[in-house]
Amino acid sequence: MTDLETAAHPEHLRRIAIEPLSRVEGHGKVTLLLDADNRVRQARLHIVEFRGFEKFIEGRPYWEVPVMVQRLCGICPVSHHLAAAKAMDQIIGARLTPTAEKIRRLMHYGQILQSHALHFFYLAAPDLLFGFDAAPDQRNVAVLAGTHRDLVRQGVLLRKFGQEVIRITAGKRIHGTGAIPGGVNKAITSAERDWLRADIATVIATCDEAVARMARLFEQQLDTYAHFAECKAPALCLVRNEGTLDFYDGGLRARRADGTPLFDNAAADRYWELIGEDVKSWSYMKFPFLKCLGDADSGWYRVGPLARLTLCDRVPTPRAERERQQFLAFAGGAAARATLGTHWARMIEMLHAAEVIGMLLDDPELLGRDLVASGGQRAERGVGVIEAPRGTLIHHYRVDENDRVIRANLIVSTTHNNQAMNAAIRSVAQRDFDGREISEGLLNHIEVALRCFDPCLSCATHAVGRMPLIVEARGADGRLIARRVRDDAPMSKQP
Amino acid sequence: MTRLTLATASLAGCFGCHMSLLDIDERLFDLIQRVDFDRSPLTDRKRCGSCDIGLIEGGVCNEENVAVLQEFRARCRILVAVGACAVNGGLPAQRNPLDLRDILTAVYATEGGLTAGARIPDDPELPLPLDRVRPLHEVVKIDYFLPGCPPGADALWQLLTDLIAGRAPRLGPDLLRYD
Repeated sequence: MTDLETAAHPEHLRRIAIEPLSRVEGHGKVTLLLDADNRVRQARLHIVEFRGFEKFIEGRPYWEVPVMVQRLCGICPVSHHLAAAKAMDQIIGARLTPTAEKIRRLMHYGQILQSHALHFFYLAAPDLLFGFDAAPDQRNVAVLAGTHRDLVRQGVLLRKFGQEVIRITAGKRIHGTGAIPGGVNKAITSAERDWLRADIATVIATCDEAVARMARLFEQQLDTYAHFAECKAPALCLVRNEGTLDFYDGGLRARRADGTPLFDNAAADRYWELIGEDVKSWSYMKFPFLKCLGDADSGWYRVGPLARLTLCDRVPTPRAERERQQFLAFAGGAAARATLGTHWARMIEMLHAAEVIGMLLDDPELLGRDLVASGGQRAERGVGVIEAPRGTLIHHYRVDENDRVIRANLIVSTTHNNQAMNAAIRSVAQRDFDGREISEGLLNHIEVALRCFDPCLSCATHAVGRMPLIVEARGADGRLIARRVRDDAPMSKQP
Repeated sequence: MTRLTLATASLAGCFGCHMSLLDIDERLFDLIQRVDFDRSPLTDRKRCGSCDIGLIEGGVCNEENVAVLQEFRARCRILVAVGACAVNGGLPAQRNPLDLRDILTAVYATEGGLTAGARIPDDPELPLPLDRVRPLHEVVKIDYFLPGCPPGADALWQLLTDLIAGRAPRLGPDLLRYD
């Protein structure tokens, strides 16, 4: 799907930029090049910032890393915090105590809940409730609070609850310090548990309502929603125990858009055998691809709520699983194939997160005092993989014998979705624009397509890419021309 | 009471200060009674109108950040540097001792496993990175500084309610933190 990526003669075309992208997190812009008939000839999502976190982490002591790297992102700091902590568990050879893992899970599911609530209620809802073409000054949460006060109250409640779960497990709502290599540094008191438990029933009921609202929106506008920003792509996520959805741990599963399996239960800590990366001149965000499908043009894929709910075999909580079945069956699978179906999937995941939080709060082990495991066999390499709100997140570190990080690499969720987001906006450019006079409302369609992915462009700008161990050069016919294996490939068996 | 206009932007930050602003929770309803949002990641206004208060999180890491910061300074009566990155560059400024070209080359060109021919992105659509990440006050005049990574919601609320009431913000030690 490289249609509309590069126009043959850009010098003859009119440029329109959507800059900055709004109601998304971070910095990005979209440029469109149009011909004299208002047909889009080129459409690109540019990530315009470069930060280079991984480079300045080099030389820092490993135990600082979970606290440093969460500053990649203020919306999903817990994801980076925990992915780094999981990697550092491996560095020190620690197996978590049951209480530590439960506290980390509680923190993580709290974050899934707050991030998904933030995205729907504070960012995306105006598009869905007012319409894609609504007046620009209407499309924001402040106006929504006037017209749909109860709905915004629900959003505030859900986000607040998720943030409180994080505060209680990590010390503060944003950029806490709860996870440390080998465990967590803070126990949960029964008073804290009870404070959260007091609201959990309301939270679950509110999530139920949010799922039902999204289902109604689909019913009302099925024709529009089913085909908007079409983007058929293979999907990737972590699953546990033969296909159970799990945001904290598991093996990698990928399937083609038609459901054909690509790989399953693949060791996430050997991700480089599965994922390659390309660079394009017009974006600081790299273009990852599944190696089994070829290159960046043929092997791009998607991650996130829609990928997870279509790839997993079951969601391990009853309400969310029931909703998932309805979602998958809706209109012969039309919602599960639709880019806008991601919003629906996100609300089901939010419900699931609330149910899991409820279960963890009922678990007596959560209040245990055995928080930190002592280290065992020290390792040079640690790879922490987690399902962040926006999809699979990979943190990979090497630490030397003086405890200093010597290499770091991160593939963040939004980077996995790079080409999928480009494909989605090109679909809008082809179907919705189609020679029509360009209006502000029409340009918002591009952003509506991007918001389905809930892109976290801050995360993406920090990411520097992976630390691969094997390099292959192939000719145009796919024939292997050269192959280089890095000397320092740790524990890597050559395929 | 006269309604004020509020603009916000995130430059080289992580959005955490904006999240902390949303951590005012139900007080959001009070806030929108008193202010209209202008340019902000929460709205679809792409350019800053004439504003009473501008809140900026993040430092300055590229030429686009400079342009946005100058736009805010020109349009906002009161401009506040919010959070560690805006106040002193924060964590992104950790790249300052490193050579920018070296980092870019390592990331986009020489890192193993990249597709053959990969090189540093150089399209004119991409703003040029600055050699160093700078705090806001090295580029424009800043009226108030609110430290913290991020500043807490109560601190942001106190700052805003003081500014809305026409007072110079006075935050006690319980609201100021330097994490």
